[in-house]
Amino acid sequence: MTISQAPAPYRVSSRLDETHDTVTLTLEPAGEPIADFRPGQFTMLYAFGIGEIPVSVSGRAGPQALAQTIRAVGAVTNALCAMPAGQVIGVRGPFGTTWDEADAAGRDLLLVAGGIGLAPLRPALLAALSERQHYRRVILLIGARSPAELVFARELDAWRESGAEVMVTVDRADASWQGNVGVVTQLIGRTGLDPPHTTALICGPEVMMRLTARSLLAVGMSAASIRLSLERNMQCGVAECGHCQLGPLLLCRDGPVVSYQIAEPLLATREL
Amino acid sequence: MSGVSVSELSQHAFASGLTAGQLERLAALAVSTDIPAGCRLFDEGGPAARLWLVRTGRIALDLEVPGRERIIVETLGPGDELGLSWLTPAAQWQFGAIAQLPVSAFELSSGALIDLCEADHELGYQLTRRLLDTAITRLQAARIRILDLYAAPAPAAGATP
Repeated sequence: MTISQAPAPYRVSSRLDETHDTVTLTLEPAGEPIADFRPGQFTMLYAFGIGEIPVSVSGRAGPQALAQTIRAVGAVTNALCAMPAGQVIGVRGPFGTTWDEADAAGRDLLLVAGGIGLAPLRPALLAALSERQHYRRVILLIGARSPAELVFARELDAWRESGAEVMVTVDRADASWQGNVGVVTQLIGRTGLDPPHTTALICGPEVMMRLTARSLLAVGMSAASIRLSLERNMQCGVAECGHCQLGPLLLCRDGPVVSYQIAEPLLATREL
Repeated sequence: MSGVSVSELSQHAFASGLTAGQLERLAALAVSTDIPAGCRLFDEGGPAARLWLVRTGRIALDLEVPGRERIIVETLGPGDELGLSWLTPAAQWQFGAIAQLPVSAFELSSGALIDLCEADHELGYQLTRRLLDTAITRLQAARIRILDLYAAPAPAAGATP
């Protein structure tokens, strides 16, 4: 396998704990920066001496700085989440397809996030809110495991003030929680959705995305108006190694953002 | 509490698809009620004898768990039905219910509903289908939550993320 791009050095300029296991790192170029990203794309983050992983870009943190939100689930992510400010890591990318949220101009834009799936959706949301007048409604539905595991919780009020309708539901909560409890699909019926004039962007665990897409089809949306962010074992990032194959797609190139029209039959295929 | 007109009732998702005559018979049983935030509608174990069709607001279904905080198992909002336990022979609330936000709802007595269904089997069929749809949707949602989809995934063998 040939990796056609060497990692660019980036310095961790700050870190913000989102939850007990999830951190948002701000990464500043320590040399030549990578190309600018578009919402939905991912980078390969390299913890030197440990390994490299794909992480969706969760925002722009300055003219050339990236925000990347990482959950500690293994060796590389544990190392990245533990990194103090000042540490240097390698960054390749950006890779893959984009949410293309601008394509929904003149329509309602519905974003449905499950867990850390809010991170890849955040740049699309911020882009839509920065040009709020181009959209009819901007609706964000968030499902989280518990109130304590809600990422970007500090930003929800600002998003509402910028014109987004934000609804949150959690799987489990004690009596101190004054929000919704239940699965995120249950919120769809409470949005007053206008299915023929809505574009939906969905990101979260694959089962959650399948169920959400089915719920949207059931209320009258078309598969072509629904986009998902899919994840497989991205390694090279340049469609050479084949590890991220899903049927005819190599998701590092043909994804992560894929129309549900294309993804629907593939999601029923058992991973080998 | 006040009576409910056919046009008011027809706005609720539960009434979607009912004929004018069916709506009229159902509306005759319903009363409109407003429930302030913090008001407990019923407790676990109490006799289940009412159905609410929620118009606005939010209701938490909860459960007292010894040694832990009271747990909210689900919340219901506009367009939802509250109170299905009277459909089972035990007719006993399985969870408690409290208004988290001020609630406006149509309230129906389960006894009157059952009598209506006995007298008008076609309407009974229509109502049963709607209640069954709600029960199945909540069962499926509960099964999905059992999967704990947002939990940290166990690393696959050989994986390094």
